[in-house]
Amino acid sequence: MGQTTLNIHPSAGKGGPTPPPPKDLYAKRQQIYPKLAHGNFRLVKWAVMAVTLGIYYVLPWIRWDRGEGIPDQAVLADFQSEKFYFFFIEIWPQDIHYLAGLLILAALGLFLVTSLLGRVWCGYTCPQTVWTDLFIWVERAFEGDRAARKRLDNQPMSVNKLARKLGKHTVWLIIAFWTGGAFILYWHDAPTIARGWFTGDVPLSAYWFAGILTLTTYFLAGWMREQVCTYMCPWPRIQAALTDEHALNVTYRYDRGEPRGPKRKTESWDERGDCIDCDQCVQVCPMGIDIRDGEQLECIHCALCIDACDQMMTKIDRPTGLIAYDTEVAVAARNEGTTPPKYRLIRSRTVLYAVLMIAIAALMTWGFMTKATIEANVLKDRSPPYVQLSNGSIQNGYTLKLINKVAEPRTMIVSITGLEDLSFSVIGFEHTGSPTQPIELPVEAFGVDRYRILVSVPAGATQRQITITVTDKDSGEADTNRASFRGPN
Amino acid sequence: MSNEHKDIDDHSGIETTGHSWDGIKELNNPLPRWWLITWYITIVWAVIYMILMPAIPALPGMGTNTKGLRNHSDRDLVAAAVVELKEARTEQSATLLDASLEEIETNRDLQQFALAMGESLFGDNCATCHGAGGRGAIGYPILADDVWLWDGTLDGIEYTLRHGIRHDADDDTRFSLMPSFGRDKLLSATEIDNLTEYVLRASGQEHDTEEADMAAELFQQQCASCHGADAKGDRLQGAPNLTDQEWLYGSTRQAIHDTIYNARNSHMPAWQDRLDDASIKALAVYVHTLGGGE
Repeated sequence: MGQTTLNIHPSAGKGGPTPPPPKDLYAKRQQIYPKLAHGNFRLVKWAVMAVTLGIYYVLPWIRWDRGEGIPDQAVLADFQSEKFYFFFIEIWPQDIHYLAGLLILAALGLFLVTSLLGRVWCGYTCPQTVWTDLFIWVERAFEGDRAARKRLDNQPMSVNKLARKLGKHTVWLIIAFWTGGAFILYWHDAPTIARGWFTGDVPLSAYWFAGILTLTTYFLAGWMREQVCTYMCPWPRIQAALTDEHALNVTYRYDRGEPRGPKRKTESWDERGDCIDCDQCVQVCPMGIDIRDGEQLECIHCALCIDACDQMMTKIDRPTGLIAYDTEVAVAARNEGTTPPKYRLIRSRTVLYAVLMIAIAALMTWGFMTKATIEANVLKDRSPPYVQLSNGSIQNGYTLKLINKVAEPRTMIVSITGLEDLSFSVIGFEHTGSPTQPIELPVEAFGVDRYRILVSVPAGATQRQITITVTDKDSGEADTNRASFRGPN
Repeated sequence: MSNEHKDIDDHSGIETTGHSWDGIKELNNPLPRWWLITWYITIVWAVIYMILMPAIPALPGMGTNTKGLRNHSDRDLVAAAVVELKEARTEQSATLLDASLEEIETNRDLQQFALAMGESLFGDNCATCHGAGGRGAIGYPILADDVWLWDGTLDGIEYTLRHGIRHDADDDTRFSLMPSFGRDKLLSATEIDNLTEYVLRASGQEHDTEEADMAAELFQQQCASCHGADAKGDRLQGAPNLTDQEWLYGSTRQAIHDTIYNARNSHMPAWQDRLDDASIKALAVYVHTLGGGE
């Protein structure tokens, strides 16, 4: 920390102890050169990368037929017509709570996985991890593995170094652009945007967002890397509250490894640990930490150190699993010579998360199955609040918005009740029967129609409320609204 | 501060500003480099901005403010935006021009467009007098009810919009003139009092029957030519119905007396020179749908 600027003790002057040398306020970042690991977890990580990136880049191109005049993009956040499409699901602004529900489900899912398996999200699927991994792969392709990269960085600039660096950054930027470009495809018809991008037929905001995301991808995955996890991301902090000593984490089994130290071939394995201090686990770590220091904030639990260690253990003919997914309680128990407790899948917190998830998922499914496909909104004229007609009767004006969430045009029956001798008319529509009878109004497919309605009652009415019921002519589905009715009395 | 007496802080070895409050000194640490760089960039940016954009206001002798190399003007941008808006509206406005008022009101798409357009035009041009939603005010007719002085049909409303009421500059304007019976000494004070009671009775209000009876003949002589023998008014002359509950200038004895004494001949401007045809049509439909269109 910085030195104090307050000189509180006058004696701290000449006769006092020597002041400590001024320290830098910030530690300089140490460049990390992760070595390529080989093993099962590395394979899993490649596979996860391929799947997640594949989903991200390909998803906006998948088509899904919804009928005439409706976007056929499977996943689309259509801000223009204020709808969100996800395969067979269509979400209107009125249904935005489903999105909140989805986010809550995702959060709980993260909690559950974390309490079972630790930070698998961080280690395998977090976009920061995936793109950083991809960028390091590119870096390795141009500059070689750990040792070669270190050497190159220490060399003075040369044609060779410049070419390698230029190549790396070019590919990084291309990937970054591809990432930012794919993002905007989710907000508009993908083929249209992709074509319009080059002909200049997309709004400026598309270029802005693609540009911003290109730069953030390039800087976060290329330059900042582990600093994002350590300094920017709140998840490692939240993590502490969600994980516990019963969760499976990437763990160095110090009960088996210690005391560690280099070992000559002739030396016996008795009286010493299995860790030969080969440093492989440190070299492959993308976070630049030593897993043998125990659980730490920086560790994203990517399990690459497991691969590195297992490879070494096999080489020196010792059992693998010196670093492995294990629980803190198990390691501690073995260290004390007692039987490690069995891994407990069912604990109060995992049960709680699972129950909550099932409950919310069930609630959402139920809500979705019974989702209303018609909706009516009534807006009373605020000015004038009412008018008196020449025959003395009182008239109020309303705007009725009819929402049809189905992809076919529908006819809705509007009836208005609640006042004695009430009559009403819809501007632009002839009443077929008497003006007290319900009227049929058309509503376009997947759309909102506005109607202007005039309601009047004879002079002297004192009730203050009307009920407007909208019923689908075919299915009978209905929505009821109440609105106030104003008059002089 | 003089440089001769540099005060070095013993604890940190850093120069102080020389200020001391109860023995507490302020270290003269250099500004952070990022801060300085940012500051220099803003200075450079300010100079560039002053060269490119309008920056210095019109000082005496300058005539105008500096225009900058980019010749930027918010005023011109607004003017251009208005032109652009008009062009953008042209296409849909044209659909209004081709359709009759009845077609506009009954066709869903045309109606929605006309009402949206009419609402904003009404707010800009009409609501000042007639109130939001045509709620009216003393002297300014309510447009949301079914009482019309001249004509409440679509065509009638359009005519009123185009030519105005008692608008001198328009030959086709709706015109009628009520005499100022009191001010011009056409009737005596007693006669006006009696007529007031007569009108109060016609609209079913509290009145003096004796005085009202005395004015019966006078009403037929002086008023019936416009307001009708039955006092129900005459749309052709914009003469209001005196038997209903609607009173443009108030229904009290005092208000009716004032009207007979001074007459009320209010004005509405003709809008055909101020608004284009599509706007007038949209406004006519909007007003017609407010609540009392015929």
